[in-house]
Amino acid sequence: MRYARKFAVLRKQSLLGDAISHAALPGIAVAFLITGAKDSNVLLLGALVSGLIGVFWIRGITTKTHLKTDTALGLILSLFFGFGMLLLTYIQKQPNANQAGLDKYLFGQAATLVESDVLLMVIVTGISLLVMLLFWKEFKLLLFDKNYAMTLGFNTKFIDGLISFFIVLAIVIGLQTVGVVLMSAMLLAPAAAARQWTNSLSTMVILAAIFGAFSGVFGTAISASQNNLSTGPVIVLVAAIFVIVSFLFSPERGIIFKQIRLIKNRRDLQLKKTLYFMYDIVRDHDDISRPHAIRILNSFQGFTKKTLSKLEEKDWITIQGQNWSMTEDGFETAANLYNNNLPES
Amino acid sequence: MGTKIAVAVDDLTVAYNYKPVLWDIDLSIPEGVLMAIVGPNGAGKSTLIKSILGIIDPIAGSVAIYGKPYTKQRDKVAYVPQKGSVDWDFPTTALDVVMMGTYGSLGWIKRPGAKEKKLSLEALEKVGMLAFKNRQISQLSGGQQQRIFLARALVQNAAIYFMDEPFQGVDATTEIAIINILKELRKAGKTVIVVHHDLQTVPEYFDWVTFLNVKHIATGPVKDIFNDDNLTKTYGINYKVAVQQ
Amino acid sequence: MSPMIDIQLIATVTAAACAIPGVFLVLRKMALISDAISHSILPGIVIGFFITHDLASPWLIIFAAFSGIITVVLVELIQKTGLVKEDTAIGLVFPALFSIGVILIAQNANDVHLDVDAVLLGDLVYAPFDRLIIDGADFGPKGLWTISVILVITLVLLLAFYKELKISTFDVGLSSALGFSPVILHYGLMSVASVTTVAAFDAVGAILVVAMMITPAAAAYLLTTDLRKMLLLSVLFGVGSAIGGYWFARWLDASISGSITTVLGLLFLIIYLLHLAKD
Repeated sequence: MRYARKFAVLRKQSLLGDAISHAALPGIAVAFLITGAKDSNVLLLGALVSGLIGVFWIRGITTKTHLKTDTALGLILSLFFGFGMLLLTYIQKQPNANQAGLDKYLFGQAATLVESDVLLMVIVTGISLLVMLLFWKEFKLLLFDKNYAMTLGFNTKFIDGLISFFIVLAIVIGLQTVGVVLMSAMLLAPAAAARQWTNSLSTMVILAAIFGAFSGVFGTAISASQNNLSTGPVIVLVAAIFVIVSFLFSPERGIIFKQIRLIKNRRDLQLKKTLYFMYDIVRDHDDISRPHAIRILNSFQGFTKKTLSKLEEKDWITIQGQNWSMTEDGFETAANLYNNNLPES
Repeated sequence: MGTKIAVAVDDLTVAYNYKPVLWDIDLSIPEGVLMAIVGPNGAGKSTLIKSILGIIDPIAGSVAIYGKPYTKQRDKVAYVPQKGSVDWDFPTTALDVVMMGTYGSLGWIKRPGAKEKKLSLEALEKVGMLAFKNRQISQLSGGQQQRIFLARALVQNAAIYFMDEPFQGVDATTEIAIINILKELRKAGKTVIVVHHDLQTVPEYFDWVTFLNVKHIATGPVKDIFNDDNLTKTYGINYKVAVQQ
Repeated sequence: MSPMIDIQLIATVTAAACAIPGVFLVLRKMALISDAISHSILPGIVIGFFITHDLASPWLIIFAAFSGIITVVLVELIQKTGLVKEDTAIGLVFPALFSIGVILIAQNANDVHLDVDAVLLGDLVYAPFDRLIIDGADFGPKGLWTISVILVITLVLLLAFYKELKISTFDVGLSSALGFSPVILHYGLMSVASVTTVAAFDAVGAILVVAMMITPAAAAYLLTTDLRKMLLLSVLFGVGSAIGGYWFARWLDASISGSITTVLGLLFLIIYLLHLAKD
């Protein structure tokens, strides 16, 4: 069940999950009205059907009218949910309504899960995993470059439909734990966190599954330890912590390390500019290692005592008293500086 | 240049909503040419390629690749989309993208193996990107990304190559590298069709040209038809102004 | 005045007040921002309540509107890091804020007369009974006053900045070149949307706010591309659905806001099908 979420992030339809999970609500209510049963499998089937209707209508709106994706998502989300709430309130007013328990689909109540629910989750997750492994190549191709996939002869509508189906399935299965309102965060947060740690799709999928599972386990444990605490919000907040930590601390893309690298690069550039300034002074002389007074560098802006000792550390110059002289190595480096080392534009 | 017709477009009309983008296009492209499609912005250049490749459904008309419908000739065709059409932040490496070129011949479900990897590495070498094979694609420069796309098309080992603005936003070195590879392809008897923007380089790069502006204006050898008359018909103004754009 | 008429008045004015900013959200491809705001104002409302201990206090609106603006700022900050795209940023921010709100309510359930159902659905039924009484004189329901004031402010702003809004929605580059800062207009619109959302939230709940903002505008956009007509049509659709929804709810004896949404949904479905048939 957990893998579908990464594909949602990668499809530039991050909020599709939000729309689908809200769209599932009327399905639950209708299933209850028809069967009168509280059997969660029947209710989830209803959720699946109305979730799929939601997806198809979103696709219809975006392809057949000039309305944009965001509007389509907002429409389906609010209209289906409003209709679902209408049905829920209608059910609550019914005499002898056996309606207790429908509320848990709003915010999730992991404590009410029974063995058969868990079994269903395991089976669906297993099937999803299998399908993902089978169609890995096709999924990747479609997500990266849909038009190209078409020219290669893949039935993109089929792959698209398959991905959508499993996203809906994953959402519906998660409803009992996290609830309609917050399910979308569970699709997005683990994937967004995982994306920061890796550049490989397969690693990303595995990591996201781990983050998601941890959020679920911790969140459920915390909410079970307190009264009055729905599972959904707690799980979402745990997942949010994963996201914040990943955004800040991931070594390659994280904000902190990026900032450190930026500062380091600037220093590096300053150092090289100083070196180049020195190179300009010495390159007209026959003997490049002839000493010059440090004083003459004062007119150069980037120059400090620290850069000078840094340059000496790198063996690009030597310092004797108030004079500096350039080494062979430093001369070479400076001469090649603007040939090879320019950052690519 | 062979006498066979590689691509035949017949009465093709394409519209977005109510506005026609291509109107009644008749066009035959002989085998073995290196052809530029030129025309002003909004002339339908990319749309023409996309409808030949079945990415866009035309309202009317048909397309034949070596006399048969495209769906039966997929293995003969390779496509290089516009660079901006994909998400370069996608978590994947340069080699991975090139390997996608082998997916078509693999078909459903089957995974690429050692043979596909070898082909992809060779293609990477041909475009001078072997050293970058494990680089995340977002860390490549614009020119390098374009070379990766070209390598992906090379892997397909097709007879006809369609390229959508391959020189857009690339550095001069890459532009020369790409055009040299395209010329090599033509020497090997392949047909190369390129959506092109820069009129000045047309005579230098290409031997065949199509003028397009919603309607088909002219198609033929550059030396015969690349003249003021056709340029004015296509751009609607003195073409010297167009060249300076 | 009877509660019946009060409820319809509140629903009507709310619908009109939502429809106007909704048009610009749809045209600017920011429809989902309204979803985000309507969820993330919850912690603002709860914290405001802890401070004032009065659900009808105007401070609540200010706190909530403030957390709406925080949402917009947070989304933009996350987006600027380049780590994820805008819609992902939206999807990360508002569930987290909403969760904080839900947990705050749950933890203080005894002090807060807010429950989660009310958050999602609002309670129009009770709105007429919270009346504005000055010196013993009854001036009608408080909710009606709040939303009416907001509608008037929205209308004044719309008339004053119609030209600027139009041009910056159509062409951001041109508008800043002409000296109309898109940033100011953006945050201005966001502030109006936040305040309207907060006021409407009290009456109709988090989800219906989204429906009331987006649906009339989207339906109108399918019928016309003239901005003036689009504004008029969406107000008309909003008001019509509000009244229709009220009677539907009475007949069904179910949630009024759920029923208004359903009428909006049916309205959109019809216009959508007509649009398809036209092609």
